[in-house]
Amino acid sequence: MAFLEAAALHASYGQTRVLHGISFSMEEGTITALLGANGAGKTTTLRALCGMVRTEGEMRFAGQRIDGRATEDIVRLGIAHVPDGRGTFVNLTTEENLRLGAYTRKDRAAVETDLERVYGYFPWLKERRAQQAGTLSGGEQQMLAVSRALMLRPKLMLLDEPSFGLAPLIVRELFAILRRVNEKERVSMLVVEQNAAMALDLADHAYLIETGRVVLSGPSGDIKKNDAVRRSYLGY
Amino acid sequence: MDALLHQVLAGLATGGIYASVALALVMIYQATHLVNFAQGELAMFSTYIAWSLINAGMPYWGAFFLTVGFSFVLGVLIERVVIRPVENAPVLAVVVVFIALLVILNSVTGWIYTFTIKTFPSPFPNDLGFGKYMSPHEAGAIGVTLVVLLLLYAFFRFTPLGLAMRAAAQNPESSRLVGIRVGWMLALGWGLAAAIGSIAGMMVAPIVFLDPNMMGGVLLYAFAAALVGGIDSPGGAVFGGFLVGVLENVLGAFVIGNELKLAVALVLIIGVLVVKPSGFSGKVHVSRV
Repeated sequence: MAFLEAAALHASYGQTRVLHGISFSMEEGTITALLGANGAGKTTTLRALCGMVRTEGEMRFAGQRIDGRATEDIVRLGIAHVPDGRGTFVNLTTEENLRLGAYTRKDRAAVETDLERVYGYFPWLKERRAQQAGTLSGGEQQMLAVSRALMLRPKLMLLDEPSFGLAPLIVRELFAILRRVNEKERVSMLVVEQNAAMALDLADHAYLIETGRVVLSGPSGDIKKNDAVRRSYLGY
Repeated sequence: MDALLHQVLAGLATGGIYASVALALVMIYQATHLVNFAQGELAMFSTYIAWSLINAGMPYWGAFFLTVGFSFVLGVLIERVVIRPVENAPVLAVVVVFIALLVILNSVTGWIYTFTIKTFPSPFPNDLGFGKYMSPHEAGAIGVTLVVLLLLYAFFRFTPLGLAMRAAAQNPESSRLVGIRVGWMLALGWGLAAAIGSIAGMMVAPIVFLDPNMMGGVLLYAFAAALVGGIDSPGGAVFGGFLVGVLENVLGAFVIGNELKLAVALVLIIGVLVVKPSGFSGKVHVSRV
């Protein structure tokens, strides 16, 4: 059985249908990318997995049905969402933001260790631990959002446009860290990206979404070689 | 000079009570962006419960803590039963619910206890040693207020639950994504606000006497206090509470006379709204369009 699976997923905002029966699955420990243009339904797919939009169809995580469940309960299964727009608690300090990531955990001692572990990945976060998170730069807030998700000790991370608005150098640094987290801690990741080239380098598998449907899927290497993808999304 | 000092100290005592109610207003405001007009009547109703308990023979502090607990539960229940259904309703609908709560609590209390003015006991001994400037009750009320403020500060600053409540108030969506049950945090906020209000009610009742309309003036001063400090700033609300208390007393005694005291609150409210709507330490909200 797949680690994460969505079957015939439909979702709408009010009258507007956004997902028209998306199906996909991923294996534990892998990184999967959802690619597609603006408005294809990538963000909505992630929001659907977290119970943040009304959906029809079936979603399973680690063998359990998660469709129709409340966001707060899905988090408790070990799914951490790095949302579109970063979701920073702007009036709280950097460290308070991180501690909130571990809100559902009961192992207080391990949370302290994880705080240090996250500071290990992003050392400058430690320098800014007492700083109001809203004063961090966009790139720093993106790193903070990833760190906050890591504080859950997630089994699965959902990353919504982690490269959005970041300088290319910072994107590379962030993706290297994501790769390390995936390899060292076996955290599975589902990444939504417009930056297809970067995402395909990071991911093991990829799905291409167009107007709410999966139009292509396969190992990243194969997708990269696909002529249509190359022309439309990789630009060469 | 002695007279002035006396007025200032008495002002600090009532100011502490305004500060508590202002803090309750700010707590609800931060979560809902609305001023809970029923906050005062809720406190008044709680004070009547305390009065009943004391009259039934319960020792003061037993009645005090039982009332605080009862008020907390009442606050949570009101949020769950009355406020929850209008969570996404237009602002005016919610305001109407607040006003309905105010009227209902006021009339129900009058119906149960009649509108006759009652005395309410003070728990503090008659001789505390600074009788010259301050009545024992005033000194005690300041002490109780400070303890409440300190406990609240510690709760919000140092406990995971306090942190979660702050998070839920400022960013509900992100809060859900880290697993915070936002609805319950709002209910908890109502419970805490009602509990703080009940303490304010029990502290002010020996001064203004117990009657169903006793919190009308207090709520107005508290609202002025919250605005002066900045309606979204807990620290500002506390500062504003003490400031309004002192101003009210000093101006009332030496400048404008007792009859116009309540006008001080109204002048402050209008003055702040005209000159500096964000208050002393509130945030100025700017949004791009």
